[in-house]
Amino acid sequence: MYRYDEFDRKFVNERVAEFRGQVARRMSGELSEEEFRPLRLMNGLYLQLHAYMLRVAIPYGTFSAVQMRKLAQIARTYDRGYGHFTTRQNIQFNWPKLEDVPNLLAELADVEMHAIQTSGNCIRNVTADPYAGAVVDEVDDSRIWAEIVRQWSTLHPEFTFLGRKFKIAVSASDYDRAVVRFHDIGLFIKKNDAGETGFEVWIGGGLGRTPMIGKISNEFVPAEDLLSYLEAVLRVYNMNGRRDNKYKARIKILVHETGLDELRAQIDAEWAAIKDSALKVPEYEIERIRAYFAPPPFETLDAVDRGFETKKFEKPEFSRWVNGNIVAHKQAGYAIVNISLKTDDLPPGDITADQMDDLADLAEIYSFNEIRATHEQNLVFAHVKQSELYELWRELGEIGLAMPNIGKVTDMIVCPGLDYCGLANTRSIPVAQRISKRYADLDRQFDLGELKLKISGCINACGHHHVGHIGLLGVDRRGEEFYQITLGGSGAEDAAIGSIIGPAFSSADIVDAVEELINFYVEIRNQGERFLDTYRRVGAAPFKSRLYPEKLDAAA
Amino acid sequence: MPLLKGRNIVEDAWTLLVDGLEIPEAGFVIVSLDRFTRDRDLLVACSGPIGVRLSSAQSPQLIVDALEVFSLIELEFPAFTDGRSYSYAQLLHRLGFAGEIRAVGNVLRDQYLNLKRCGFDALEIKEGETAEDWSIATGAFSAPYQVAYDTEKPIMSLREQRLAAAS
Repeated sequence: MYRYDEFDRKFVNERVAEFRGQVARRMSGELSEEEFRPLRLMNGLYLQLHAYMLRVAIPYGTFSAVQMRKLAQIARTYDRGYGHFTTRQNIQFNWPKLEDVPNLLAELADVEMHAIQTSGNCIRNVTADPYAGAVVDEVDDSRIWAEIVRQWSTLHPEFTFLGRKFKIAVSASDYDRAVVRFHDIGLFIKKNDAGETGFEVWIGGGLGRTPMIGKISNEFVPAEDLLSYLEAVLRVYNMNGRRDNKYKARIKILVHETGLDELRAQIDAEWAAIKDSALKVPEYEIERIRAYFAPPPFETLDAVDRGFETKKFEKPEFSRWVNGNIVAHKQAGYAIVNISLKTDDLPPGDITADQMDDLADLAEIYSFNEIRATHEQNLVFAHVKQSELYELWRELGEIGLAMPNIGKVTDMIVCPGLDYCGLANTRSIPVAQRISKRYADLDRQFDLGELKLKISGCINACGHHHVGHIGLLGVDRRGEEFYQITLGGSGAEDAAIGSIIGPAFSSADIVDAVEELINFYVEIRNQGERFLDTYRRVGAAPFKSRLYPEKLDAAA
Repeated sequence: MPLLKGRNIVEDAWTLLVDGLEIPEAGFVIVSLDRFTRDRDLLVACSGPIGVRLSSAQSPQLIVDALEVFSLIELEFPAFTDGRSYSYAQLLHRLGFAGEIRAVGNVLRDQYLNLKRCGFDALEIKEGETAEDWSIATGAFSAPYQVAYDTEKPIMSLREQRLAAAS
């Protein structure tokens, strides 16, 4: 894991001091709320329906047991005993008081954490593949490059007041576990024929009101030129992106309106002018950062652990959890463990302070002190010995975190919705909880296989509904909460934007409607076919006529 | 309007020339881009120094063939949230503009460091403001993470220096 050196530490402490001053000026009235707003947002502090909300950065989703314990303590001291993991691998606290925030940030700085650029119209916290450093299919550890981008983008003087927020994600795999294609800039690490590292760069992806899949602006930017290329893209965007309408201000609109070829030419012209400058990433810095992400001291183990195999045979429940939540590790005898935060008791992505403390202990025992947050609002222990999976499963079960539903219908991405958010039309959490209850039977979930359901409480799409195999969008119908259904989206390597299937359903009817669609899929699926693949095979029409039979009657 | 240059407040020797008024031979006037486009020959012929004010929607690319005409370029911030001019300043330096770059309009004190790092030489401030009022904006950070136009050594280089010193 990356550790701060004296420069990082000093910088973050100075940022805390600066923000402390800004809060004091706000409290004394020297700064108006309007003036304070962009300053607090750049430090992750939102004003929501009932209170302030602080979003703490977890750069590329990797954090330590010590950091997790600090988050638990913050949840107890400043919040109401829980935290909420977000789709950008961050964590949110919902009830801090403004005057407490500087102290809260100082406590975070003690464990090398911060809230810098978790909001605002600047370059946001960089995200990455949550399996980085552990998974078989990567060409490099994406966190190395995410850290380089994090440092370059931190309080960048030129890109702090962009037209709109700007999100960057990094992956080193053909499998997209970080919705890379839906970022303002998505980076896929590649090796060229000479074995050199570079980046396939996607620009202009995004969700929100106008969902768009990114487009490739450059197929191979050499590693040392990464920062100059990013700077060229950002400069062209900052100068030319629309400022007249905040809903048309993201780079995706600039790509769309300018055209990819023209925009690429502008980026390339700017890049050519700045490529051979101090923006080149020096080899020693790449190696310095790479060293922090060196593999942990793995033991030499057999590829298959006999005890583990026996336990799977003896304990069907354990076996189901293994089938659902475990992914192959590149090191023989190890496994990647997904820990679902889609449990029966709490809203999706939520975790109690006690669970945080317990998970910190477990991470120390079983996974080299390290924890990952995923964009699907779950957690990962990246390096667990197969021989210890059973013990870990038992201990996770004791704290209510052994739900084996990763990638299943109840593993939903869900925005906070009207329960917390001032922008929302509808509540998302109660609908998610009702769907969870409807599909509580795990056999039924496993029979359905991978099914990604995502819920947003408004058109801003924080719940990623556009890329759900089934997406629900909350809409307001004369003061009533309604939900529009989209089908066929995907945020993975088979990226697609879902299509609206028909008129919205009331809150009372929406869960039945979802079940109707899923039942129909079960009736017509081919063997082993996912919901998404069935939908792609037969198209929207059969699903539509199943969901709205009365429309057909009326037409007949 | 007074100007903040470095840590000092200085009087402004320049005046903004209202469109329609005649160009004084002594120069030291700032014109709009419209006026420059219209009266380019007259302005080029003027023996005194000439400046131009660009709105945040006017890229320096529009005057790329006339940079040597100007001793001063003012970049406007219609709202402190409109950050286009930070990039314009960087672009002007990259295009080789050697005159003064000045920020005018709505700038928060907390943004002063950003201006300085992007290569602004001066900032127009409100009548009555003191250098002390703006002192809050200077020196919040001992070293930045990235290179910009200014000469601050980024943390990356400081690390390299430390490394070199150690070996």
